[in-house]
Amino acid sequence: MTNSIGEIENSDCILVIGSNTTGQHPIISGRIMRAKANGARLIVIDPRGIPLSQYADCFARIQPGTNVALANGLLHILFEKDLIDHDFIANRTENIDELKAKVREYTPEKVSRITGISPETLQEIALLYGRADRAMILYAMGITQHLTGTDNVKALSNLALATGNIGRPSTGVNPLRGQNNVQGACDMGALPDVLTAYKKVSDQAERKRFEDRWQASIPDTPGLALGEMMNKAAEGTLKGMLVIGENPMLSDPDSGHVKKALEALDLLVVQDMFLTETAQLADVVLPACSFAEKSGTFTNTERRVQLVRQALEPQGLSKPDWIIISELARSMGADDFTYESPAEIMQEIAALTPTYAGISHHRLESGESLQWPCPDETHPGTPYLHGTTFPRGKGLFFALDHIPPAELPDEDYPFLLSTGRIPFHFHGGSMSRKIERLNREAPTGQVDINPEDAERLGLEEGTRVTVSSRRGAISLPVRVSREVDPGIVFIPMHFAECGVNTLTDTRVDPVSKIPSLKVSAVKIEKTD
Amino acid sequence: MNEDFVLTTCPFCGTGCNFYLQVLDDQLVGLIPSKGHPVNQGELCVLGRNAHQFVQHPDRLTRPLIRKNGELLEADWSEAYQMIAKGFQKIRDEDGGQALGVLSSAKCTNEDNYLIMKFARSVLQTNNIDHCARL
Repeated sequence: MTNSIGEIENSDCILVIGSNTTGQHPIISGRIMRAKANGARLIVIDPRGIPLSQYADCFARIQPGTNVALANGLLHILFEKDLIDHDFIANRTENIDELKAKVREYTPEKVSRITGISPETLQEIALLYGRADRAMILYAMGITQHLTGTDNVKALSNLALATGNIGRPSTGVNPLRGQNNVQGACDMGALPDVLTAYKKVSDQAERKRFEDRWQASIPDTPGLALGEMMNKAAEGTLKGMLVIGENPMLSDPDSGHVKKALEALDLLVVQDMFLTETAQLADVVLPACSFAEKSGTFTNTERRVQLVRQALEPQGLSKPDWIIISELARSMGADDFTYESPAEIMQEIAALTPTYAGISHHRLESGESLQWPCPDETHPGTPYLHGTTFPRGKGLFFALDHIPPAELPDEDYPFLLSTGRIPFHFHGGSMSRKIERLNREAPTGQVDINPEDAERLGLEEGTRVTVSSRRGAISLPVRVSREVDPGIVFIPMHFAECGVNTLTDTRVDPVSKIPSLKVSAVKIEKTD
Repeated sequence: MNEDFVLTTCPFCGTGCNFYLQVLDDQLVGLIPSKGHPVNQGELCVLGRNAHQFVQHPDRLTRPLIRKNGELLEADWSEAYQMIAKGFQKIRDEDGGQALGVLSSAKCTNEDNYLIMKFARSVLQTNNIDHCARL
């Protein structure tokens, strides 16, 4: 997030797009409700009717995969009504003319045809957002999990820049991140092209800083992203893989392809707490500790670095991941992996990572709560970003075009499938499905289908259906719900017995490499 | 009887709520939301409320496993490390680091992720490192 969770309450317009916040970030949706109580206006844009939409001042159901068209359409109206921040644009941004020329094409009528949102509603959204003093955009994977995921985020950034809604408290462009430490894993350079703090691995000077500290060489070309590794494994050119705390058999697109890839490896090592669907394919499985048996830090969605404290001894012979990696590195001859504690590892992180330079376990233990960037030991941390400048200097407007999703419904596969999450389970379910109380609430997956479609296909609540795509098929019960429009179905990702990623496509956004999990084409038939 | 309350961070979504794990003689018996925490202010969601419940589940892996004749069998740590080191070294030396890949985890700590990243780049000699950020 560019801003902080606590700032939500003081915003006077909140635009929630592609996030079922009540389901996936309930504590944050509580803050949104408090903002409402304080007088904030709430705009919700989603393909589905979600709990927050009932409380919205303006709710718009958007056709999946049309977010760039929507943002361009809103900017068209904002320019027309002169609801833009001329000072901010002049002082802090560049490329406004290109943006203006581009969004001129996106008239309300044209955008309405693409997005399914009426011209009147587009106008209402633009006025609510454009007239606010402090407007905050909150989004999640409904924005990012598209072939145009990067463009979608840039389009939201255009909106915030054009209205000067960034660089101040209670504004900004705010991704709500789905996993406890997805922010931290990215900050730490667990990505193919960057070291810590997003320093390019292809940059020789940056590489040298790490090489000097590590006394080892680092390859100079960016590596493969997750999906690309699976492709190379299936082709036989990637031969060994170490998978830690992750269950690609459930979470990655096209599970059949993932299985083929993992089975083709010469050596698959899985390090996890449970014998997941992925671990069952491994040559070696290493037992890892849970969060309760180790210490360290997680970085939350608002860049707050927080302590994880050990409460229990490791179960059985399991070990914390940092110890397993250290011991494995030493058994491969890397004698300097001799860390005595996570606090010592954080010292090395701080020495190499400008945004974490002032962060230490000692400061966190003494009760400080630090959000990066925290450049030195006396710095109090940064609740909101871009106050005076952007990382590149000026904020850049992008002139973007609407590109339709790659696989839309057709005669053979007439339904648009969107995947996602429900409140009672987490990601691939390897933790939450071990919890009896949660299984009682949500014992298995269901496919949400509109009553009109259900009636036409002769389906009732609980009818077992086979949902199939060009990749594969799964069988699961029907949930009849107006949360989805006719022609659209929704299936959650958590359930191995009806793993929705059997159906999804491996095509990815060319920049971020994110798969298009929010749009695939499927057909639905009664299971015999 | 020993009772302890340990302040820690929730392992589920990215909101970053804090709670106290309640430990009774080596057993996690419950948890209490942190009231003074700037993010959750005494609240927790249905996942967070139950975050202690999977930790001591009987299905937890408690020993390394090695596949022998098609079956995953219990092994000790040194045998597992040896087998992995030998396998990865062979691939690295014969085909280069680009024939190896590492998937790190958005559920692991910063310190875990940093070491995994360092291990991939400096020991395995590969930039093929990624995690489940996009999923």
